Amino acid sequence: MDRRDWVYGWLLVLPAMVFLGLFTHLPAITTIWNSFFSTPRGRRPKLFVGLENYQRLLDDPVFWKVMVNNLWFALGTIPLSIALALIMALSVQRAFAGRALVRMAYFTPTVLPLIAVANIWLFFYTPGFGLIDQITGVFGLGQSNLLGSPDTALVAVMVVTVWKEAGFFMIFYLAALQTIPPQLSEAAKIEGASAGTVFWRITFPLLMPTTLFVSINAVINSFRMVDHIFVLTGGGPDNASSLLLFYIYETSFRFWDTAYGATLTVVMLALLGLLAIGQFLIFDKKVHYK
Amino acid sequence: MFAKAIKSAALSAAVAICGALPAQATDLQFYFPVAVGGGAAETIEALTKDYMAQNPGISIDAVYAGSYQDTIAKVITAARGGNAPQLSVALSVDMFTLIDEDLIVPFDDFIKTDEDRAWLASFYPAFMENSQTGGKTYGIPFQRSTPVLYWNKEAFAAAGLDPNTPPATWEEMVEMGKKLVKKDENGNVTQWGVRIPTSGFPYWLFQGLSTQNDVILANSEGNKTNFDDPKVVEALEYLVSLSTEHGVMEPGIVEWGATPKAFFEGQTAMMWTTTGNLTNVRKNAPFDFGVGMLPANKRRGAPTGGGNFYLFKGTSQEQLAAAVDFIKWITEPEQSAKWTMATGYVAPRPATWDTPTMQAYAADFPAVLVARDQLEFAVAELSTYENQRVTRIFNDALAAAITGQKDAATALAEAQAQADAILAAYR
Repeated sequence: MDRRDWVYGWLLVLPAMVFLGLFTHLPAITTIWNSFFSTPRGRRPKLFVGLENYQRLLDDPVFWKVMVNNLWFALGTIPLSIALALIMALSVQRAFAGRALVRMAYFTPTVLPLIAVANIWLFFYTPGFGLIDQITGVFGLGQSNLLGSPDTALVAVMVVTVWKEAGFFMIFYLAALQTIPPQLSEAAKIEGASAGTVFWRITFPLLMPTTLFVSINAVINSFRMVDHIFVLTGGGPDNASSLLLFYIYETSFRFWDTAYGATLTVVMLALLGLLAIGQFLIFDKKVHYK
Repeated sequence: MFAKAIKSAALSAAVAICGALPAQATDLQFYFPVAVGGGAAETIEALTKDYMAQNPGISIDAVYAGSYQDTIAKVITAARGGNAPQLSVALSVDMFTLIDEDLIVPFDDFIKTDEDRAWLASFYPAFMENSQTGGKTYGIPFQRSTPVLYWNKEAFAAAGLDPNTPPATWEEMVEMGKKLVKKDENGNVTQWGVRIPTSGFPYWLFQGLSTQNDVILANSEGNKTNFDDPKVVEALEYLVSLSTEHGVMEPGIVEWGATPKAFFEGQTAMMWTTTGNLTNVRKNAPFDFGVGMLPANKRRGAPTGGGNFYLFKGTSQEQLAAAVDFIKWITEPEQSAKWTMATGYVAPRPATWDTPTMQAYAADFPAVLVARDQLEFAVAELSTYENQRVTRIFNDALAAAITGQKDAATALAEAQAQADAILAAYR
């Protein structure tokens, strides 16, 4: 290779590397560094405290609560929104009257900002005169307080997330479905295969790379999407609907305990890193149809 | 070397810019939050412009900084970056946090003449409780509020109650509440007796109950809480019993934001909320309503709330003196009256209420006087060092008791232990 090519190569990746380093890797390293110190206050400088923040994390009941909440949140939202996305994509793939309208309807939640979505749902959930209670009231049921009860608050937040996410994932499935050659299913039908067999033996396996991509996104989003919690519950009642990122925000920018916030962030970084690596290593071998 | 070159270039540029200005203006940056609807932001901007017109030597950049939460986050971030505003309105309860972060200066350095001292002494004492500590004044009351009781006179008449008499005690509130509850043929409640919202920041309205039960939640040094006091437990048990035992209030966490709407819709016959909602209720309630003081138990009582002016470190004495001058001006009766009428906030000085403008306003709408008269019984809003975190612990305990996960005594004892662990460092 020519020496000059080598220089050009580095120059070309340089902008990307600089920005990635400045805004991704440097902050990550600073975060890890800060997690070993105490929070500086105006009157007290920061001190090296070793693993004290991590010890505190292990003893913090709220931390464990938000971790468990996040686990349920992930389990509840990821499979459901992916399954819904697939069903929606399949249902709007074939031609029928008003297809564009239905596609648009499915995709609308994705276009809306999450804060706006949360405000709409806040009205749905409002006890007494909210949409849900108005509908159940017709059937003689009493009012419900879904967001104000610790048993249902997290589920209510999860429903909003699924509603918001499914349309987004549908787009990827829809695109993937266009790339599957129709001859495959036609041939299968000639052989007498049922619609179910066609789906499970042909469509679904060919969609696996998309499913991998979508599921990685869904996992990341289950840790990243917390905007609606600010509007719907504020993490309450008694942290019943609080998630890891929401807790990080509260710790860092409400309590101004930046060192402990950094420690929580390290957990989040490690978790997301492991999940991404795991998904690529384990699934990447199995997703491609051979 | 390089840094030096930049510095000298910047300096010469700055000199050039300053030289181009007609007069030597004192520049001030002023952050303010808006927590209520209506024309709050426009009113502040208009007042700032008036001041600049009267004082050509001073230029004030009034920056709308979002909610209280956003404002304090912006102020702390700006100050950490060495770019603090000269003055800001922020929650009065964040005083200890701002002291702890070493960001604010007391007003005492700028109180020199007898006139200044008279000005400082002219605010309602209830509002000054959250503004002073260790013998120094760190905040000047500005957009301050207090919760009051609103009741639906039509619903009272329909239930056979005197429409002009709100409950005066805890017992009366329960008795009247029971008469006011309406159910449909399926046994579902269509109108609750009372609504004390508990979402987001339940401690505030709860502090009404605890004060009425004659107990203070935190000391004035901000380093000791009394969450597990038997009187606090009793107050929380009363709040919980409104839903569980007496059935006069919606069970579970009751949303703060939806409360005025629930009142307008006839979902509840009484509500507790801030006096800052007064103008909103006046405009939107489709029925005749009354405004009264919160009911009493061992005594009358309510917390105060809202925002104070703070002065920030990091700028010249000259700028800070100008900031103090502006604060003096904006809290003068005439300006203060404009502000109160635009928002519903309680004017923080008795003198404001004596102005002809305010007297005419109160004659037309006597409900505005309830909050003022209640100030006599009001106490400082819960405020400690690491305030947001300690308050959060307390809120979580209240929510746990309200939703029946823990009994009041257990929840509060746990909250006290957690608060002690944090505040021990400040004693």
